[in-house]
Amino acid sequence: MQALAPASPQVAPAGRTLDVDNLTVRYGSAVAVDGVSLAIEPGEVVALLGPSGCGKTTLLRVIAGFVRQAGGRVLVDGTGIDHLPANQRNVGIVFQNYALFPHMTVTENVAYGLRARGQRGAAVDQRVERMLDMVQLGAFRERLPRQLSGGQQQRVALARALAVEPSILLLDEPFAALDRNLRLDMQIEVKRLQRQLGLTTILVTHDQDEAMSVADRIAVMNKGTVEQFDTPVAIYDRPKTLFVNGFIGTTNLLPGKVMAVVGDTATVALDAGATVRLPAQGIAAGSSVILSVRPEQLVLSPVATADSWPIEPGLSLPLGSQLVHEARAAGGTALKIVEPRRRSASETQRRFCALTPDARPSLFPRSTHPATE
Amino acid sequence: MSITTAAHDPSGPSGHLPSFAREARLRLAEWQLALPLSLAFAALFLAPLLLLVATSFFNDDKITQPGFASWAKFFGDPFNYKVIFDTLLLGLKTVCATVVVGYPLALVYMDLSPRLQKVLLFIIVMPMLLSVVVRTFAWIVVLGREGVVNQTLLWLGLISEPLRLLQTELGLVISLTQIEMPLMLLPLISVMSRLDPNLRDASAALGASRWRTLFTVIVPLSMPGLVAGCLLVFASSTTAFISQTVIGGVRLIYLPLLIWQQSLVVYNWPLAAVASLSLVVSVLTVIAALSYLGRRSSRHLHG
Ligand SMILES: Nc1ncnc2c1ncn2[C@@H]1O[C@H](COP(=O)(O)OP(=O)(O)OP(=O)(O)O)[C@@H](O)[C@H]1O
Ligand SMILES: [Mg+2]
Repeated sequence: MQALAPASPQVAPAGRTLDVDNLTVRYGSAVAVDGVSLAIEPGEVVALLGPSGCGKTTLLRVIAGFVRQAGGRVLVDGTGIDHLPANQRNVGIVFQNYALFPHMTVTENVAYGLRARGQRGAAVDQRVERMLDMVQLGAFRERLPRQLSGGQQQRVALARALAVEPSILLLDEPFAALDRNLRLDMQIEVKRLQRQLGLTTILVTHDQDEAMSVADRIAVMNKGTVEQFDTPVAIYDRPKTLFVNGFIGTTNLLPGKVMAVVGDTATVALDAGATVRLPAQGIAAGSSVILSVRPEQLVLSPVATADSWPIEPGLSLPLGSQLVHEARAAGGTALKIVEPRRRSASETQRRFCALTPDARPSLFPRSTHPATE
Repeated sequence: MSITTAAHDPSGPSGHLPSFAREARLRLAEWQLALPLSLAFAALFLAPLLLLVATSFFNDDKITQPGFASWAKFFGDPFNYKVIFDTLLLGLKTVCATVVVGYPLALVYMDLSPRLQKVLLFIIVMPMLLSVVVRTFAWIVVLGREGVVNQTLLWLGLISEPLRLLQTELGLVISLTQIEMPLMLLPLISVMSRLDPNLRDASAALGASRWRTLFTVIVPLSMPGLVAGCLLVFASSTTAFISQTVIGGVRLIYLPLLIWQQSLVVYNWPLAAVASLSLVVSVLTVIAALSYLGRRSSRHLHG
């Protein structure tokens, strides 16, 4: 740990690269993490996003050294750290439940890591002071954790993890227990601190909006594997798999069939009853596909055209500055359409739905039982 | 109970009674629930204790002349001080031994898989499932001249002639340690298993060694269980009449034996009452001191 920790508290530590290389973790016979590889740049924030039980926490626990992997490696700045016990890895971690030491005051909690490294006296006091000022908890130094609110505890946990100048910061759903406003504040706070310190950070979250707003890149996990590792915009606009597509944002799935492919443009006949032309790669004519369209990529219109299909209008709900329409296409496919709230035209008139001109829907091959659909 | 009711009644003017009257009625309701136990407690515990106090203030074994002679006689004899001291010392030694053996065992328990935990728990509770007499005689077999311990040591060539373990304080402490072990382990395990396992990981991630984590995080946080265990073991081992007499023999005299002799051999009931009260008071004093320390060490949990 001494080797990894820069001595001077004045200079912000330069970010380190973190490479996870083909990591596999088993609990008994169950595979919790299955061949995960991530190359994380210095000072980057990566969000691990995925459904419950997909192995996010397990991945963090391996990086922190609490759990041994069955295969694969973890490298910091190109050097393997797998042989190091947890207390020599210099990895800062904030647990979902904060795991503050309940019998120690805020000051003692923050000083804990420094003391464990053999530091004593005024240097420790100064460092603790600085960390508490940074998270704006100077007034709470002598409180015990249970005398703090959830958000304050979270900031103490953050200060405690950062006090020892870790080379990597791991955050396991740190905002899950906070209410909306506080969560937003803390996201900004963490992002600011992370920037200031240039810390390579992994943030585990269930919340896609959080991943979108805080992370430089997102790794979407499913059943122990990473389905896509890319920037938030790329993941939203160009999901690689149906799973990623469904997990990020809301989407409409429209089954159809590729009629013809000319150059990069495919002509797709939707089961709903329209023919649309889309840019597409690697799709053969004649194959069954699923078209995934974001709600904002659909429009309603009162007149029928060749590339629009009839719908049965349902409820319309205002959502902030937008209006969300529910509708049903032929065959019962449920649709969600979002548009800015400006029109007051009677909704019942608009019985046709089409793609917006700039829509870039994703095409996925439909392999599962076309007969049942 | 008062908490749930308070939730229904957010100090608003919803009822007709002023709030203090409602509260008083509530208290009464709580008392009514506790009444049967209180009565049993008074009849079976308080009354005999008062009787004991009363008996101690008689001078003769026929209980006819009231006076302070029994007290004067008991505390005029230096031998009795030694017995009190030995009794408390026996309790402290047993407490120390159960802590030294039990605490690491509790740590091991926390690291086991759930199935092995069940097995270990059964082994731990086993002494409580057996009659005291059976347990005690088993220890005679183990500790005797021809017993398992001596046979093994002789066979290993570590000793040339059998050790005297029976009727020594060492043998008594050894057997009491096993007999009282559940009383130490059960509270310890119940407190430890409520500890957040992340605390240990958090400590390691901050750079603390295993020993540092043990002494700065786990020991302080398991203090309530440790104190509870110490109290139970102390109270139980200082009053363990059967084990004390059967394993310790008649040459090792502790307060329970003294009380038995005075009450059922010599039939000097006032003196037996004085001895009993000194046992109760001295044990309670040590327990009060221990629990005061315990409460100080678990400030983070309440108040
Ligand atoms: N100690 C353990 N022993 C056995 N199996 C475990 C253990 N910890 C986790 N698992 C299993 O490993 C898988 C991954 O768990 P993990 O905690 O990493 O999920 P997660 O993605 O963090 O989920 P969540 O979002 O609910 O926190 C799950 O199927 C879980 O049941
Ligand atoms: Mg998790």
